[in-house]
Amino acid sequence: MVDITKNYFELFQLPVSCQVDLPTLSEHYRELQRAVHPDRFAGADGRQQRLAIQYAAYVNEGYETLKSPMQRSLYLLELAGCKVDLETNTVMDPMFLMEQMELRESMSEVRDHANPEAELERLLDEVNEGIDHLFSVFEQMWLAGRAEGTEAAARENALKKARDTVRKMQFMVKLAAELEQLESELLDD
Amino acid sequence: MALLQISEPGQTPEPHQQKRAVGIDLGTTNSLVASVRSGSATTLPDLQGEHILPSVVYYGEQVISVGQAAEQHMVSDALNTIVSVKRLMGRGLNDLSTLGGVMPYRFVTSESQMPLIETRRGAVSPVEVSAEILGSLAARASETLGGELDGAVITVPAYFDESQRQATKDAAKLAGLNVYRLLNEPTAAAVAYGLDQGGEGLIAVYDLGGGTFDISILRLQKGAFEVLATGGDTALGGDDFDRAIAGWMLAQAGVEEPSLDNEQHRQIMLEGRRAKEALTNHDRVSVSFGDWSGELTTEQFHALADELIDRTIRAFKRALRDAGHKVKDIEAVVMVGGSTRMPRVRSRIADFAKKEPLTSIDPDRVVAVGAALQADVLAGNKSGDDMLLLDVIPLSLGLETMGGLMEKVIHRNTTIPVARAQEFTTYKDGQTAMAINVFQGERELIRDNRSLARFELRGIPALPAGGAKIRVTFQVDADGLLGVSAEEMSTGVKSSIQVKPSYGLTDDEIARMLKDSYSHAVDDRNSRRLLEQQVEADRLLEALVVAMEADGETLLSAQEYQSTLADMEQLKVVRQGDDPDAISREIERVSKATEEFAARRMNQGIREALSGHNIDDFEES
Repeated sequence: MVDITKNYFELFQLPVSCQVDLPTLSEHYRELQRAVHPDRFAGADGRQQRLAIQYAAYVNEGYETLKSPMQRSLYLLELAGCKVDLETNTVMDPMFLMEQMELRESMSEVRDHANPEAELERLLDEVNEGIDHLFSVFEQMWLAGRAEGTEAAARENALKKARDTVRKMQFMVKLAAELEQLESELLDD
Repeated sequence: MALLQISEPGQTPEPHQQKRAVGIDLGTTNSLVASVRSGSATTLPDLQGEHILPSVVYYGEQVISVGQAAEQHMVSDALNTIVSVKRLMGRGLNDLSTLGGVMPYRFVTSESQMPLIETRRGAVSPVEVSAEILGSLAARASETLGGELDGAVITVPAYFDESQRQATKDAAKLAGLNVYRLLNEPTAAAVAYGLDQGGEGLIAVYDLGGGTFDISILRLQKGAFEVLATGGDTALGGDDFDRAIAGWMLAQAGVEEPSLDNEQHRQIMLEGRRAKEALTNHDRVSVSFGDWSGELTTEQFHALADELIDRTIRAFKRALRDAGHKVKDIEAVVMVGGSTRMPRVRSRIADFAKKEPLTSIDPDRVVAVGAALQADVLAGNKSGDDMLLLDVIPLSLGLETMGGLMEKVIHRNTTIPVARAQEFTTYKDGQTAMAINVFQGERELIRDNRSLARFELRGIPALPAGGAKIRVTFQVDADGLLGVSAEEMSTGVKSSIQVKPSYGLTDDEIARMLKDSYSHAVDDRNSRRLLEQQVEADRLLEALVVAMEADGETLLSAQEYQSTLADMEQLKVVRQGDDPDAISREIERVSKATEEFAARRMNQGIREALSGHNIDDFEES
């Protein structure tokens, strides 16, 4: 029932871009929720309340998607008609896989490190820098993928590279989450 | 105008009439009810002038009593005097051992696996006991406010899981209350402080009640409360400090805890509480138990308390990290719950947060006050334009996949309402049914998480393994309650449930209890159902009148406009009858017929919500 003719960028009245102005995003998010949130319809009939849940959930989903660089990247690819199949195992760049293995090895040794908290902090910084770097690569590829005046084949190739970059980002984001989980386990010990 | 005559005089309330709306803090140890009167929110006292209702229910020979009247039987008739029932809400018999301490009751199982407490008036469920407390507060409020209540906001710990929330809502239903919203206690407290002081920034709400601990990190910005993260411990509270003192006394006296009978057990817990409270204003306190007597100093108490406070600080740290913030970002710490009166708690939290915590609103009343403010907005008494609560789910929701693993569909700290779908495939050739097992929790293995519900999707076309695509959709509403549906994508075969917790009440049980309960004027199930359907029909009519007046001419074609008017007339006629099923069907029909109109209005609302902004942005730049 929700009017999904709009994509999330249009819904939040933001330009379709890799870069999102977060203060504007969250301000527009609040304005949209003020209009559709179920609290506005607490005394209303069941039909209105169901609609309000659907709309508010849609607005929440859009906000989550645009807020995180990783989710935003996936969404931009989707808008560009490029599907990222997370299940498919594709051949990854061997260099990248080596780095991943080294990072994972370091992670497994954190507990035995002389200063586990400092080591964890160092790893988190490294992973986060990696994510930032991949995101800027993604942005270049994505821009190239929609650059007018270039050949279709070149654009398609750029989008493919953008897609491969997002896959790498997913590895790194997963690693960051596991590091944070480890951090919370260390705190609880 | 003809439209206005759709409401018969006395049939539907005037749209702008003040509604009788209350906020209820249903606590482990104490409960309160508050309401907004002449613009300010206050807790409502009983006839004796007491604001706090102890959450105690006594099942006596003649009567069931609640509160102070029940409290006096705590020692003399422990088996029939139910205290701290909130700890049992939404819990199964297997959970009892993990709740800490000894529960001096005789438990029996029910059909639905919910533990029932054996009393002289028969076995009662925790939901029924809670309904007695809610009923007592509701009666107090309708007496004070001069009429039946229109609706209530009931608070729950932010950390409450699905089962516990559902149990709370069932209790309210049983007490005959219309629940506007289940509101998280910390959010309620932030509402009370935020509105009072017009604050902005990052707020930590530290809520140490009788039996539960909650920590929430919220961002307050231009009237919008956004919960960033929440955490805590549903089995940690002021009672544990009493128990720690009791344990210390027993050790000093050389008595083994298992040797105590129920009355002695209750006695030593009360002595522990008395000592704890006395230490708020004194350096030392004399304590005694049986033949033994001694002295407890502040230092000794701190040693006992610090271990418990450390647990709260660990949860505090975790919540801050989940929110993506550091201690230095905290603008204010709000203290909630009677247990935050302990000077040791205040000073340890001040040290940790590097801020003096806010304590200007009575920590026992602050939650009820915030709930009343929210109830006032939800009832439509006050324009909600300046307040918006954006809450999160406290625990991840997911499904069992191969090998007993938990596949998370919605992660914790996701803002609600939320709807999320995930696709699964069959794993055997020719598989025609799939079991959907819904769990809540953070652990990787489902056996370490809480089982919420299970149902089956049947009628999947027989295909090779992996051939059928099944889309499972989770939807969590603004109360944090879950609905799950499953659909086979090629055939459209569907199955769905509103999740009822494994240890919850079945609808039949609720119906039976409603029938059994003599505290309600309407005890006939049919007339109750009729009334419910009439109220819903009126809500729909009222909403349509408002919608037609505001947007009927702009958003509907002339033909749509006329047919909507005809639908409203028809609903009005059926509503006058006395067949609840006929009214229900008519509501369903008219709802469907006018859903497109409602959606157009929502879309218009979305367009208007941001249209003002562009002009501002333009002028600024």
